[in-house]
Amino acid sequence: MAQQGEVWIFAEQRDGNLMTVSLELLNKGKELAGQLSTPLAAVLLGEQVDDLAQQLVGYGAQKVYALENKKLKFYQSGAYARLIAELIGTHRPELFLLGATMIGMDLAPRVAAKVKTGLTAHCSDLYLEEMQGQKKLIAAVPGWGGNFVVKIACPKATPQMATVRSGVFEKPAKMQSGNGQIVKIAAAITSEDELAETVEMVESQPTGLKLEDADIVVGGGWGFQSVGGFRLAEELAGTLGGATAGSRPAVDAGWVKEDRMIGSSGKTIAPKLFISAGASGAMHFTTGFSKAKVIVAIDQNPKAPIFEVADIGLVGDLGKIIPCFLQELRKEKSGV
Amino acid sequence: MSFHCIVCIKQVPHPGHFSKINLDPVTGAIRRAGIPSVLNPLDKNVIEEALCIRERFSGKVTAITMGPPQAREVLEEAYALGADEGVLLCDLTLAGADSLATAYTLAKGIQKIGKYDLVLCGNESIDGATQQVGPQLAELLGIPHVTHVVEVNWLNEREAVVKRAIEYGYLKVKVKMPAVMTVVKSINTCRLPSVLDIMGAAGKEVQKWGCCDINGATECVGLPGSPTRVIGIVQVESKRKREMLKGSEEEMAKSAVKRLREYGVI
Repeated sequence: MAQQGEVWIFAEQRDGNLMTVSLELLNKGKELAGQLSTPLAAVLLGEQVDDLAQQLVGYGAQKVYALENKKLKFYQSGAYARLIAELIGTHRPELFLLGATMIGMDLAPRVAAKVKTGLTAHCSDLYLEEMQGQKKLIAAVPGWGGNFVVKIACPKATPQMATVRSGVFEKPAKMQSGNGQIVKIAAAITSEDELAETVEMVESQPTGLKLEDADIVVGGGWGFQSVGGFRLAEELAGTLGGATAGSRPAVDAGWVKEDRMIGSSGKTIAPKLFISAGASGAMHFTTGFSKAKVIVAIDQNPKAPIFEVADIGLVGDLGKIIPCFLQELRKEKSGV
Repeated sequence: MSFHCIVCIKQVPHPGHFSKINLDPVTGAIRRAGIPSVLNPLDKNVIEEALCIRERFSGKVTAITMGPPQAREVLEEAYALGADEGVLLCDLTLAGADSLATAYTLAKGIQKIGKYDLVLCGNESIDGATQQVGPQLAELLGIPHVTHVVEVNWLNEREAVVKRAIEYGYLKVKVKMPAVMTVVKSINTCRLPSVLDIMGAAGKEVQKWGCCDINGATECVGLPGSPTRVIGIVQVESKRKREMLKGSEEEMAKSAVKRLREYGVI
């Protein structure tokens, strides 16, 4: 019987630091590899990655494929995808998991198309299920119309690929001494790889309150159309000392910036209080704040699925409810 | 010099009706009967970017979409916004496509269109939101790609330096044409179409191609061409209190603030 392929995770590094989501994937990958009785391996690309490879071993990787070249310092869409696809061709892994970062989401689909396999985006859970006598990866993704998740499998092609946002899985504890094999590979770059070439990376910390750090977040959706925009959401967040965020429709309407988007293709947050206003509650959105301590929902449609996932629901016109809310909060502040 | 820009656009359910969308409990397919459709909002920015490029280099803009017969509506909208040509990839065999089968079909359609310099897509659609079609399309066309594009600086018709967003920052990428770029909302501000454009768009022909027209292999399109499969749907139990407040707006706001204080979150 052919040996079961390995479980792989993409170890994304930026400027010599591993992304947290990659470590979270190691944790999940270890569980899946255990169930499949196969090694867990990390795929790491960069300029000089010895330190990072050791770190990955410390976090549970049994094997690290370390591809080095000074041109791999920054993420290169062409070279990264080709090198990983070649590595897949040689080693035939069973699973390959990547973080749904803005780089992971660029790399994963290109790799999947190169090796002609299936890729599931923004999974909210991963587990194995028996399908025709084989353990197959089930990727759960948010569905439509309320509290459903859709189970997606890749029954025939391998590796079975999936991307997962940061914060979905727990970060593993660092072990005192890991026991893993580091496979160093000197990677060659071709001229075709360089048709798109990253020449510079600029990282800047955001000004103001980071969404992930805010205790209170007001998240708005399409419903603000009826009140002419997002001003009321901003006012509410301001009064509560919190931050604003939005659903994909709110981002597409231009009311909130992409980096403040909540949901399956945006951010996952766990504030003390999340107030959803004018969003119907498609699971694409609600999955981004399902770990909040308390959830308040405001929407004019009493049947909107958002009320199913809220602790407190208010049905009515945003243009009337939010000003009342503001008035009540200000009363409290001034002690009246 | 004439620059040919192809824009990939998509018809999606109207975001104001998302709560009415549900899933077929057996197949997992999206049921959207009776829900109005619109052009994916981000695709207006895609078209706008193509128009800016046409103004810069001269040339033409071709819009392409895959979908059922009514998806021609988004091509008509693309005409009204200023696109020169429109192609609808429409065939029963194309249904049920995942991102790879979609990318394959679009790649075949684009190859039939012929010579092009740039393919522009939205970074993600408002419904599927996988972000996968752009890079997969580039791979199948055998050309480079850049996603999350926020700014394009043209060095000349054959080369650009683009800024692509990453979490808290950006990458500067030098890219040679032909390429696929997927853009985000902040790349530009859309102009409003003129009345003349809207009127001119009304009678314009849309090319409609089926699977045979684009020389598509039946095993690579639609459901058969999709390596991923929806195998079921699971209802998630809500553990939330689901307390609906009653009364006037003032009364509801008062009770809500009271509750939030009790919970110790404000």
